Amino acid sequence: MTTLNTTQPQSDAPVKSRVARIARPYMHPYAAGILLGLVLFGAFFITGNGLGASGGMNRLVVVFEDALFPAHIDRTPYLISMAGGDRNPLENWVVFVTIGTIIGGFTSGYLNGRVKVEIVKGPNTSNRTRLFWAFVGGTLMGYGARLARGCTSGQALSGGAVLSVGSWAFMLAVFGGAYMLAYFVRKLWN
Amino acid sequence: MAPFPLNLVELLGSPQYFIVYLFIGFAFGAVLELAGFAVSTKLAAQFYLKDLTVLKVMFTAIITAMALIFLTSGLGILDYNLVYVNETYLIPGIAGGLIMGAGFILGGFCPGTSLVSAATLKIDGIVFALGAFFGIFLFGETVGTFETWWNSTYMGRFTLMELFNADTGVIVLAVMIMAILAFAAAEFAERVIGKQTQKQPRWRYGAAGGGIALAAAALIVGQPTNADKWNAIASVNQPKLDERAVFVHPGEVLQYMNDRKIVTMLVDVRSEADYNLFHIRDARHVPMEELNTIVEEFHALPDNAVVFVMSNDEAAAVAAWRYLVAESVVNVYVLDGGVNNWLATFGEADFQAVSAIESSAVDALKYRFDMAYGDQHPAASPHADRFELTFDPHVILTLKRGPASGGCG
Repeated sequence: MTTLNTTQPQSDAPVKSRVARIARPYMHPYAAGILLGLVLFGAFFITGNGLGASGGMNRLVVVFEDALFPAHIDRTPYLISMAGGDRNPLENWVVFVTIGTIIGGFTSGYLNGRVKVEIVKGPNTSNRTRLFWAFVGGTLMGYGARLARGCTSGQALSGGAVLSVGSWAFMLAVFGGAYMLAYFVRKLWN
Repeated sequence: MAPFPLNLVELLGSPQYFIVYLFIGFAFGAVLELAGFAVSTKLAAQFYLKDLTVLKVMFTAIITAMALIFLTSGLGILDYNLVYVNETYLIPGIAGGLIMGAGFILGGFCPGTSLVSAATLKIDGIVFALGAFFGIFLFGETVGTFETWWNSTYMGRFTLMELFNADTGVIVLAVMIMAILAFAAAEFAERVIGKQTQKQPRWRYGAAGGGIALAAAALIVGQPTNADKWNAIASVNQPKLDERAVFVHPGEVLQYMNDRKIVTMLVDVRSEADYNLFHIRDARHVPMEELNTIVEEFHALPDNAVVFVMSNDEAAAVAAWRYLVAESVVNVYVLDGGVNNWLATFGEADFQAVSAIESSAVDALKYRFDMAYGDQHPAASPHADRFELTFDPHVILTLKRGPASGGCG
């Protein structure tokens, strides 16, 4: 590109790009945690609701189901509450949190030079193995999250902060389940 | 009244208020990405005790939000009654958690982080998210076969304070201290097992001190009692009592009882003996000292619900009205003149002649019943057509604040 159309004042100094060429390092865990805590508090403080992810994903699934098989939705009690009759499953706060999460994740990744097509995996794992287990893990995650009425965001993070007994029991179960299995699948990650 | 959470629907209108959730989600996704949660190996390293970023970020977030929630609630800025607390379904919750734990270590993400990973074009994140969609689909298709179990061990809005029967501030401080000890253990594991030699910044000691100070402040401030909550809103609500704007004529109450478009809750706070002698059809007996047990249920009532409290005259009903309004229950009214006025309005002439008695006692039943009628008395369920009543309608349905449907939607 030889000509640059811009309304911004030109200067001779080299323009510092807002978008990093090389991936910037991640934020310190405690700093990120405090920031996440402020977002979580802000959500509760302003709306009374916490955060969520799997609930929004659930409703996106139901939209497709409702478009393809509306009669099936109207016969399944669990799905009726979201999309029965002329109910729109997208008319729910958590859907907007989920859409926002995707946009926010992309924006932060883009500004920090971390948007890159790649497969992240352990050093001794082939691409096929990694993607196979990613799908299996995702399936278990999705199923478990609906069984537990919330995922790490909606149950552990949100319910944990407001001191719900069920959420703390859930949190221990997630960590317990993962630690119990970790040894047996160590080849996947190490 | 504690000004937060805001009534977003009233402030912004529907569906415009969803934009607030879009911003919250944006901030959530950005922070997850900033923490490195888009990268599966970083998440999985947690379970080999090499890099405990997940634990640190998650628990720092939990204790930060917790301390701020209970401090602002103690200061009367945030109404904890209107904050969504995940209902406890103990066994399905634990079972789901174990399955998710397996999914976490096999797939390397949880649902939220996989979305962020997919957004930054990590193929494993995209595949995981597709798997999660498939798992969610499977659940919707199979839950019908075990719905009874899925709804079992329900404990409602059940908090650690109730479990340990301790003050909110004590629990907040205890959780804060335990989290900080867990961080110390995590750093030890990272040095020994993860062989991390990187020096940790000094400011984290200050942050830990700040966290403990916040929790201690929450403990010292305490949580508002019902009387504190009433005092905070008395200037707005006492005039409603003085102007008798919340006293509803028996004829209007009867009209709501017969209106199928409205969920009408009748709360009878009299003694059990009086209740057994006579009560209005569908009235629930809730003694004053048990009012706290219905608060949670009444918060969950639909928007078209209206609550009428009653005693023999008005004294106890007014106290109950104050209690429920202070606990942020909306659309609460007092039966004008109480049960005595109801009987005077709807009792037949021969009943009035025989049963009416003089009583100077405060808030006492001014009718004599020769047996316990309960709601089997003609006046318990009067026929609206038989009475020509004129009254000024007082009920105005208002919108609720706070979470409409809770949790992960």
